[in-house]
Amino acid sequence: MNISDIKHWLKKNLFSNWYYSLISLFIFYLLLITLPPFLDWALIKATFIGNSKTDCQPGGACWVFIKVWFEKLIYGFYPEKEIWRVNLAFLILISTVTLAFFVKSKFKIYILFFLIFIFPLIGFTLINGGFGLERVETRVWGGLTLTFILTFFGIIVAFPLGVLLALGRRSELPIFRFFSILFIEFWRGIPLLTVIFAAAIMFPIFLPANSNVDKLLRVAIGISIFEATYVAEVVRGGLQSLPKGQYEAAKSLGMGYWKMNFLIILPQAIKTVIPGITNTFIALFKDTPLIILVGLLEILGMINLAKSNSYWLGLATEGYVFVAIIFFVFSFSLSKYTQSLEKKYNTEKQ
Amino acid sequence: MFLTSQFKTSLRKNLQLSKLLPQLLLIILFCYIIYFFTKNTQINLAARNLNFGFDFLNTNSGFDVQFSLIQYDGSSSYFRSYLVGLLNTLLVSFFGIIFATILGFIVGISRLSPNWIVNKLSLIYVELFRNLPLLLQIFFWYFVVIRSLPSTEKSMVILDILIINLQGFYIPKFIFSNFIYIFYGLFLALLATIAVKYYATKVFYESGKIIPVFKIFLLLIIVLPIIFSFIGDVSLLVEYPKLVKNFGIFNYVGGVKLVPEFLALLFSLSLYTSAFIAENVRAGILAISKGQKEASKSLGFNNPQTLKLIVIPQALRVIIPPTTNQYLNLTKNSSLAAAIGYPDLAGVFAGTALSQTGKAIEIIFMVMMTYLTMSLIISSILNWYNKKIAIVER
Repeated sequence: MNISDIKHWLKKNLFSNWYYSLISLFIFYLLLITLPPFLDWALIKATFIGNSKTDCQPGGACWVFIKVWFEKLIYGFYPEKEIWRVNLAFLILISTVTLAFFVKSKFKIYILFFLIFIFPLIGFTLINGGFGLERVETRVWGGLTLTFILTFFGIIVAFPLGVLLALGRRSELPIFRFFSILFIEFWRGIPLLTVIFAAAIMFPIFLPANSNVDKLLRVAIGISIFEATYVAEVVRGGLQSLPKGQYEAAKSLGMGYWKMNFLIILPQAIKTVIPGITNTFIALFKDTPLIILVGLLEILGMINLAKSNSYWLGLATEGYVFVAIIFFVFSFSLSKYTQSLEKKYNTEKQ
Repeated sequence: MFLTSQFKTSLRKNLQLSKLLPQLLLIILFCYIIYFFTKNTQINLAARNLNFGFDFLNTNSGFDVQFSLIQYDGSSSYFRSYLVGLLNTLLVSFFGIIFATILGFIVGISRLSPNWIVNKLSLIYVELFRNLPLLLQIFFWYFVVIRSLPSTEKSMVILDILIINLQGFYIPKFIFSNFIYIFYGLFLALLATIAVKYYATKVFYESGKIIPVFKIFLLLIIVLPIIFSFIGDVSLLVEYPKLVKNFGIFNYVGGVKLVPEFLALLFSLSLYTSAFIAENVRAGILAISKGQKEASKSLGFNNPQTLKLIVIPQALRVIIPPTTNQYLNLTKNSSLAAAIGYPDLAGVFAGTALSQTGKAIEIIFMVMMTYLTMSLIISSILNWYNKKIAIVER
C-alpha cells in the first residue's frame, strides 16, 4: 500500500465527484465536532477508580458508578453468599454450548437434549433452591441474570410451541387449523406490553383463589407464548417453501402424520428458516426489559433503580451506555452469527 | 356412480375416528378452559366485592392528564380517558410512521451509496438502532437527551418558529376560521382527479396518448383549496408562543406545546423503526437484477425514467410487505409510552385508570381489542395495496 494507492482509494470512495466530496467533507466535519468530545468524556476525563460519586471528576464519565453497582446489575438482589449458584448454572450452560461447537455432529443431538430437558431442571434447582440448597424467592432475582433466565426460558418454551402452532395452522383438520389461526393472529395483533400487564395483573383473577402462581413465572409464560406465535409464522414460511412431493413421498413410504413431520418435513423446513427463528429470539432478548413495567428489575430496571439512588443522582448516561454496550454485544454478535449461517445454507443450495 | 363413490370416500375420510376424535377433544378442552377461568373469575370477583361490567366507563375519573388532544379534566368520564389514550396512541404512531419511513428510505439508499463514509455511517446507524432494546432508547431520549436541554430562560429559539427547552418543544399554532371550505376544495380535487384518471385510461387505450394525471392532480390539489378558501373567506391566524414571566417564573404561553414524553417516544420509535425499514429498502433495491436496468437502458429509457418506471415499482413490491410489518410493530411498540408516562392507551387507560378502578379484566380486554383492531385495519389496507401491485402471473 503506497501513497498512490491511498490516493486512488480516496478518489474512488470519498471524492468521486463534487457532491460526494461535499457530503464526505460535511460528514468529516460532523464527526470532528462530535467524536472527540465523546471520547474525552467516555475515556480521557473519565474516572475508573474510587468508591463513591465524590471520587468522580466533573466533565468526565463516572464509571465508578458501574463498578460499585456491578454486582447488583448482574445478580439483582440475589443473596451475596448464594451467588456461586448462579455462576455455576451459567458456567454449565456456557461450557455445554461451547462443547457443541467442537464435538461431532452426531453428539450434538445429545447436547441439544441436555440443554432442552436436563439443563433447565439443573439451572432452576441451582438458582431457585431445593435439594438441600436454600430457597431463593423469585422477587430477589434480577439484573442481567434475570434477562438471561427469561430469554432462555422463552427460547425453550417458544420454539416447540411455535412449531406445534405452525403445524396446527397447516393441519388438514379444520378445528385445529381454525384454533391455530385464531390464536396466532390474536397474539400477533396485540403489543407485548399488554401481554405482560395481563399476565401480571389480570391472570391471577382467572386462577383458583388458593393457587399461587409466581408473578415472574406468569410473565415468563406470557412472553414465551407471545414469541411462540412469531416463531410459528416463521416456521410456517419454511413449511410452505417445501415442495408437495416431500409430503407425498413420506406418505408413500407409509409414514404417519407425526413420523412424516418430525423425520421428513420439519428438519428441512426449520433448516431454511433458522435465520428467521434466531431473529425472533434476538427480539425476545431485546424485549425482556419490558418487565420493568410490572416491577421486575432486570438489568435496565436495576440501572433505573441505581440512578435514582440519592448518592448516585445524575449518572443516567453512564448507566444507559453500559446497558447499551451489553445488549449491543449480545444481539449484534448473534445477528452476525445468524447471517453467517444464512450464507452457509445459501451456498449449499446453489 | 363415480361421483357417489367419491362422495362416500370423502365422507368416510372426514368421519374417520382418528381425525374426528382429536378435534372433538380440542373443543372439549377449549370449553373446559373457558369454564375453568369463568368459574374462578366469578369466585375471585365475589370474594373481592367486585363485579364485572363496563358501567365504570361513565363515572368520573378524577384524574388529569398532561397531554391531550381533546378537552379533558378530572370531571371527565373514564370513557373519555380511553379516548384520550387512543388519540395519543394514534398521534404518536402516525408521526412515528411518517418519520420512520422518511429516515428509513434515506438510510436504506445511503447503505448502497458508493461513497465509503456514507455507506459505513448508515451501516453503523442501522446496527446501532436495531440492536438496542427500544425501551433503553426511550429512556435514553427521555432521561438523558431531553434532560440536557436548556432551561426555559435560555431556550433555543430557531427562527421564532421552534422553541426548544427542558419543558418540551413549542411550535406556532394555526387557527383557521371556516376551515371546512379547504376540506371541500380537497374533496373536489380528489373527485376531479378520479374523473381525470378514468378519462386518461380511456384515452390511453383508444389512442395511446398519455395524459399526465399526476401533474394534473398536483395542480388541482393546490389550486382548488386556494380558490375555495377565497370563496369561503377562510382566514388564518398564527399564534406564536410567547415568553411570559409569572410570579417570577418564566414560561412560554400560546402555540402548541409538545411535551418531553411525546418527543422522547416519537424520536425513539422513529429511529428504532427506521433502522428496520432501511434494511427492507436496501433488500428491495438489491432484489432488482442488473438485467432489468440494462434492459430498460436498451429500450432507450434515461436514468430517471429507469428509476421511476422500472426500479421503484419492482423494488416497492419487495419493500412494502415487510415495511407494513414495521408499521404494525411501531403502533404496538408505542405502548411502551407507559414507561415514561406519556398518556397513551397503555399509559393512561391500562395504567392510571386500571389502578384507580381495579377493573383489570375489562380494561385490559378493551386495550387488547383496540390494538387488535388497529393491527387488523392497517394490515388489511396494506394487504389490499399489496395485492394491487403484486405480479400478475399469466
